Amino acid sequence: MNAFLTQYAFLIVPIIKIAILILIVLTVDAYLTWIERKVIAHIQARWGPHRVGPHGLLQPLADGVKFIFKEDPLPANVDKVAYFLAPFITLMLALTSLAVIPFGPQRFTVFGYKTHVGVAEVNISLLVLFAITALGVYGVALAGWASNNKYSLLGGLRSSAQMISYELALTLSVVGVLLIAGDFSLRGIVEKQTGSGHGLLSWNIFPQIIGFLCFFIAAIAETNRVPFDLPEAESELVAGFHTEYASMKFAMFFIAEYTSMITVSCLATILFFGGWLSPFPASWTFTQYLPSLILIPFGLWVIFDGVRYENLLGRILLPGVGAALTAIGAGLIVVPPVNDVIQGVFWFMAKVFTFLFVYIWMRGTLPRFRYDQLMSFGWKFLLPVSIANVVLTSVVILWRMH
Amino acid sequence: MTAPLLIFFVLAALAVLGAISLIVQRHPIHSALSLIVVMVALAGLYLLMGAEFVAAVQIIVYGGAIMVLFVFVIMLLNAGEEERTNSSKLATYAGIPLAVAVAGFIGAAIVRSSGSLAAPAPSGALTSTKALSMLLFSEFVYPFELTSFLILVAILGAIVLAQREN
Repeated sequence: MNAFLTQYAFLIVPIIKIAILILIVLTVDAYLTWIERKVIAHIQARWGPHRVGPHGLLQPLADGVKFIFKEDPLPANVDKVAYFLAPFITLMLALTSLAVIPFGPQRFTVFGYKTHVGVAEVNISLLVLFAITALGVYGVALAGWASNNKYSLLGGLRSSAQMISYELALTLSVVGVLLIAGDFSLRGIVEKQTGSGHGLLSWNIFPQIIGFLCFFIAAIAETNRVPFDLPEAESELVAGFHTEYASMKFAMFFIAEYTSMITVSCLATILFFGGWLSPFPASWTFTQYLPSLILIPFGLWVIFDGVRYENLLGRILLPGVGAALTAIGAGLIVVPPVNDVIQGVFWFMAKVFTFLFVYIWMRGTLPRFRYDQLMSFGWKFLLPVSIANVVLTSVVILWRMH
Repeated sequence: MTAPLLIFFVLAALAVLGAISLIVQRHPIHSALSLIVVMVALAGLYLLMGAEFVAAVQIIVYGGAIMVLFVFVIMLLNAGEEERTNSSKLATYAGIPLAVAVAGFIGAAIVRSSGSLAAPAPSGALTSTKALSMLLFSEFVYPFELTSFLILVAILGAIVLAQREN
């Protein structure tokens, strides 16, 4: 058995890692919908979901069950191949793009197979990511075209035009980072940002602030989120490209959208915000205990909030969750090796969730672009600024070399 | 049969099937989709030969940009299913013999070189992007710049053609 494991470790270990990653990502996707609804509700002075489970925490589960059991009608005269293919392409590409992202600095050996925190390590991981994003247009375009619906078609066309336009700015905006790092691999880009141990001062965001703004704007457009969600503008196009999709096929588009949000947040974290690096200088030892310092008070607050919750389920469930969080926080202090391992992943997650929050925040605040504004903004402003950023960065690098 | 050879045959079969489907399909969108399959399979073949940068660029440029434009235009024009016609005289008397001849040549070449088929790729060795760009910007800088100039001329031509007359 052991010999078998060692021999086929190159196959078994990645499959296990893929399974774990997909499980985590799908759970995060589900709870991202809950967070989004809650945050937007509070921005608009509402309560948001709070019927299913305490604070509506079981709402994603209920939504999942609903998606599975809902009727899935096939509209008349659709192009069957493309209609069924579109959600699968979208979801597959969205999940694949997460494979090249490194989530932490550690390398470890399982069954004699050297591996790391992340699924695949490629020399040109950034290019692979852009290649996968570039194919992402087909899912949306095909869904819009195959549905045999005018609104869907308009949504699909808008989406293809938007994605082609903003892909240029997206790719050009990271060239500055590539020039600084001199490396296409995401791990290499993060390791370059370690600098001389000054924490967040050596992150790419400071020399590349223009590049970051261009990248983030273009990335929001690529993920079809507010204020660039014209492909599914509900006041004009019903629901855009996924009007004719119901049940699990609709859920697949939804999961894909949230997964691409996660990918973009990971990418922004890695390229501009030092990936898994701590924002504090390495000499500050107390930052080692920050995960615990956040988890324990939060857990205690959840217990405090839970014991006076309005119904019995909440009074049992919430203190339980709070106790678990507090226990994890205390455990991290008690077991230093685990605490060391968790550091990188903790900072990575913290940054990713900040970006996800910004995504939701923007949805709650900004109005949608008009179509001509979208196009002129992308071509006449974002693209020239990204090119100027590339030129500026190259000039500075050349000037420093001499 | 080694793993690289197996992957080569899978990708090659995918590319050939995609190419056949591209011609056989009656709807332009289906043809375009088949072409994307061909492009992606070719990218896989490049990767198998150790050219990771070329593989990524193949997907980004051909799979991503060019084919998206194709699909976009087909959708915008709302092109329907094509109608089949009888083959023209040129196709029957010149095209078919020519196709048979080309197929014969390729077949003969494959049969003759059966020895080297066993090793289609130097396994494991990846060409680094750095080495590639060094070559591109030192030894092949004139062809490279000429090509970009050619593309620039094509872009200018497209703008001139698309410009509305004032």
